[in-house]
Formats: sequence, structure tokens, C-alpha cells
Amino acid sequence: MHVAVCVKQIPDPAAPGRLDPETKTLVREGKFVMDDSDSYGVEMALQLVQAAGGGAVTAISMAPNNEIKGVKDALAMGADSAIVVSDPALKGSDALSTARVLAAAVTRAGDGAGPVDLVVTATESTDGYTGTTPVQLAALLDLPAVTFVKKVVCDGSKVTVERQTDEGYDEVESTLPALVTVTAGVVEPRYPSFKAIMAAKNKPCHVVGLADLGLDASQVGFAGARQEITEVLAAEERKGGDIVEDDGDAHLRIVSYLESLKVI
Amino acid sequence: MAVGTIWAVVEPSSGGAATNGLELLRGARELTSTIGAVTFGDASGAAETLGDHGASTVLTVDTGNAMAGVPVAAAIAAAVEARGADGPTAILLPQTYEGRDIAGRLSVALDAPVLANVVGLEERDGRLVAEHAVFGGSTIVKAAFTTDRVQLFVVRPKTFVAEGGAGGAGAVEALPIPDTGRPGATTVVARHAEERIGPKLDEAPVVVSGGRGLGDKERFAMIEELARLLKGAPGASRAIVDAGWVPYSYQVGQTGKTVKPNVYLAVGISGATQHMVGMKGAKKIIAINKDREAPIFGIADLGVVGDVNKVVPKLIDALKSR
Ligand SMILES: Cc1cc2nc3c(=O)[nH]c(=O)nc-3n(C[C@H](O)[C@H](O)[C@H](O)COP(=O)(O)OP(=O)(O)OC[C@H]3O[C@@H](n4cnc5c(N)ncnc54)[C@H](O)[C@@H]3O)c2cc1C
Repeated sequence: MHVAVCVKQIPDPAAPGRLDPETKTLVREGKFVMDDSDSYGVEMALQLVQAAGGGAVTAISMAPNNEIKGVKDALAMGADSAIVVSDPALKGSDALSTARVLAAAVTRAGDGAGPVDLVVTATESTDGYTGTTPVQLAALLDLPAVTFVKKVVCDGSKVTVERQTDEGYDEVESTLPALVTVTAGVVEPRYPSFKAIMAAKNKPCHVVGLADLGLDASQVGFAGARQEITEVLAAEERKGGDIVEDDGDAHLRIVSYLESLKVI
Repeated sequence: MAVGTIWAVVEPSSGGAATNGLELLRGARELTSTIGAVTFGDASGAAETLGDHGASTVLTVDTGNAMAGVPVAAAIAAAVEARGADGPTAILLPQTYEGRDIAGRLSVALDAPVLANVVGLEERDGRLVAEHAVFGGSTIVKAAFTTDRVQLFVVRPKTFVAEGGAGGAGAVEALPIPDTGRPGATTVVARHAEERIGPKLDEAPVVVSGGRGLGDKERFAMIEELARLLKGAPGASRAIVDAGWVPYSYQVGQTGKTVKPNVYLAVGISGATQHMVGMKGAKKIIAINKDREAPIFGIADLGVVGDVNKVVPKLIDALKSR
């Protein structure tokens, strides 16, 4: 079984974000890491290949600046190889252009390690969180997609999936190949051992450009996004009210506050 | 004022039209007078409600047992193309499981970019401008399309307030689904509803959310009990969703649900910007946290500095004995 897992490399999510004053897009700089949301997808991919009795996991990533640090995290967890699409023209890409690039990379992965049976992604990235890229990717690859997945069982040519819903979950069946998006917290991502981190250094990590994938710079980046930021303003602030220390009776304060609000 | 026709995707919920869809109709009403509601599942039977909320036409898609994303997007894309200049200039979709599926497929089918996480829409010089809350809601970014493709806006629930009284039942028209090929090969074989009593998280008048300060998974039962006593819904911070204590559907915040209840109780939640962006719109906020410096106190109308294991059980007892 061959699973392609999309991995986004992002700046430290704990660092405060800011917008580029000129392009008004998110400044993405500093040390890059694998988006935590993707660690669940990598873990699920590894487990599925193991359950299938073998195969390969290919990590797929896109970055404007030859960034591979975050992809190394996926290789250290156990992915076998990686394809990173890197090109200065990718800067400013929107969700649809990103999906277009990832689709070309997944296709390339299929040429390399055999046809891809399953594409795994997070439900959305931590820094951009548009949340449409995975399904756009599935559409471009002409694949079925099951989103917000809690559990995946592959069985030959078909996959059975538990999909999160507002009421509970749906059991969904799909043919393979397919794409699934994995909800955070549904598997326990493994911590790579020191040995695995060292071994990752020697795993194949192919950095390819747009032209290598037959894509044109006009389809991606700022040019391909076909949207613009018209204005940036500060939001209204909300003020705090009374703060009380619990002296053993603070719950009564809450009760009387709820009474005053006519909640009880 | 040349906004033209707007379509809004209205998904089903509890046997009818979902509130988040009715909210979109309200948003559309502020911008245009020709509004179509695209429905599937049980929402298709709600022509009267939809008309009352502003839809002059109700375009139904019969998805059967398939996941909605592929067939609904295929039907919309075919209808948009068939209508040409008479078709919609913008389509509003809810930022929900199905809404995002439909938006992604539609974007590729129509070769149209998407603006997601929209929290406001306005018309400026004949074009639609979407509002987005970034950096935990401290900054508002406005964005617009620079293409004349159909404009796809994925709108966060609670952005608009649903309101009826707009008119009579919408005229119903069934949209045919073209052959969906390989992507259409998904079947929902069973639906499992979790035992959940009380209102839905994003519609509840009271929301009680728990965070990592609860200490362990078992203690989330206190949150559920408190929510039940206040006729509200339990919610959660991402920390405890990621830890696997509760399902993702409980998550409040940037990557979870936006809630605007009358009262929001944050229990053992620090108040990270990404959490606050999802609950700052609550009318009143009560916070319980043992750390006086916790950012949640900065926006709480009543803050209790204390241990959740002491305060919450007493609060539960006090409410029970009323
Ligand atoms: C891109 C991005 C998106 C995110 N999206 C979301 C989102 O949608 N929703 C969300 O919630 N988070 C989101 N987060 C995560 C967010 O940054 C925080 O990590 C998370 O909200 C913290 O959850 P918490 O408050 O439960 O945990 P913590 O931050 O660990 O806070 C626990 C709190 O409990 C208090 N406490 C501990 N013990 C006790 C006790 N016995 N009694 C009383 N108080 C106690 C502590 O003082 C502390 O303030 C996102 C993060 C990123 C980077």
C-alpha cells in the first residue's frame, strides 16, 4: 500500500503572527516545523501501511524557499521519502493553487513509489486554516474524499471510515484510491527516537521546482490567487469585569450572577 | 449596486433547514433581492421556512446516501454553467463539514478561488468584500476577488442572525446531478448519533466549556453536568480535544465552532487567542481559573480565581438544590 501524506511546514505557531505591510499576507519566517495537525496524518499513514502488511509512505510538501526542516520531522516519524515542491513563485499561493501544486506532487509520487492508494491530509493547516485545500486536491486528482475522519480501515480496494459529524459520526465507504482528512487527536503521533531522527537525514527528499512538475508560475503564487486584501484594521476590544478570589463561597457569586442574568 | 443573484447553500439539520443556512440567507438579503437557496437532504422540504428567510427559489439536490460534497457541487456547477449570465454572481456556503466539502469541489469545477472563514460581507463599489478575523480576532482583514468568476464565500456560522418575515414559500426547482464519476463513489452506510441531550453547541443559550485545567478526562463529566443543569451545551478547548478527551465537534475557537451564547462559562481554560476568537461574541462570560493572570480574565464579566475541583462541585450542588 502506498500512502501519500501532505505535510505543511510552518513557522513556530506559538510566535505571534503578523502581516507583511506590503503584500498584507502572513509573514512566514523563522524556524520551520511540521504543522502539528499533520502529525496525526503521518501517524495514521504509518499505521495503515503497517496494517496492510507493507508499502510506503511518501510525505508531500510545498514551500516557497527550499524549506525541508518540517518534512524531516515526517521522515523521522517513519515516512519513507518526501517530495517538496519549492519555487519562489509559490509565495502568496491561495488554497486552490496550493491544491494544484500538491496534486502534481502526489502524481509524481505515484510515478516513483507506485500508484498512490490513499492521500492523507489534516483537516486544515494551523497557520492558514482555509480548510478547503484537501477537497480541492481530491477534486483535482479526481478522487473521492472523506473529510474529518476519526478512523480508517483499508480493505483491498475499499476503505471504511468513521467521519465526525455534529451529531456523532457517519460510517462511510469509499473505493480506493481516495483522500481522507484526519481530525486532530484521533491517533497518538509517535515521538521519533534519536536513531530515527538520524536515519531521516539519509532518506530520499526530492526537492522539485514548478517546471519539473509541468506547472506554470502564472497558476500559483500572488498571480494565481485572484484575490486581494483590501483593508486591515484593528478589531474592537472586549473589556473584563469583576474578578473574585475563591474563599470557599465563590460558587455563590456565580449563582447570583446567573440569577441576575435570568439564566436560572 | 450590481451584486446580482446570490445563492446560499442550506444544509439539513434535525429534519429541516440548518440555522447556519438561514443565517446565510439573512446575509444575502442585505446585499441583493434575488436569492436562491441550494438544499439537500431534509432541508429540501423546508421551502416555506426558506422563503420566509428570504429565498425566492429553492434549488434542491437529491443526494441519496452519498456524502453531500460531490453531488451538490456537481449539481451547482452544472446549474451555474447552464444559466450563464442569469446565474449567481456569488455563492455563500457555511463553514461546516458539508459546506467545506461542497466549496472545495465547486472551486475546482468552476475554477474559482475561495474566501473562507468569512465573518462579514459588504458591498463596496459593486463588488463583494469579505471580512476575516485574524490573530485571535484582534485584527480584521478585508478581502475581495480580482476575478469575474463566481465568488465563493465560506462563511463562519453565527456571522449573521437568522430572521424570518421576508416572504412566502420559495419556488422549488430540482437541480439534476451530472455523472459524478469516481469521486462520487462514497456511500454513507450508517449514521451514529451520540447520546446527547440538550441544545446544540452553536445554538445553545448557555455554553459551558472545559479545558486542560480540569486535570483529566473523567472530570469532563462535571462540565456535562453543569451544562445540563443550565440547559446549555458542553464545549471544549482544543487542548482537550487534541488530548482525545472529547470529540472534535465540542471544540470552540478558531479551528472549531464559533458560539455566541447569552452566557459562556470557561472552566480551566487559559484564554488563548485562538480560543477567544470563537467565544468572544458571547453576551456574558464567566471564567473559573486558578491563575489570576490567565488571559481569559481579561474578557470575563465575572472571573473566579479558584480551583475547578473546588468551585465546580459546589456550583453543581447549589444548582441541584434549587
Ligand atoms: C492555529 C491554531 C489554532 C488553534 N485553534 C484553537 C481552537 O479552535 N480552540 C482552542 O481552544 N484552542 C485552539 N488553539 C490552541 C490554543 O492556542 C491553546 O493551546 C488552547 O486553547 C489551550 O487550551 P486550554 O486553555 O484548555 O489549556 P491551557 O492553555 O493549558 O490552560 C489551562 C488553564 O487551566 C488552568 N488550570 C489548571 N489547573 C486548574 C485548576 N485545578 N483549577 C482551575 N484552573 C486550572 C491554568 O491556569 C490554565 O490557565 C489553536 C492554536 C493554534 C496555534
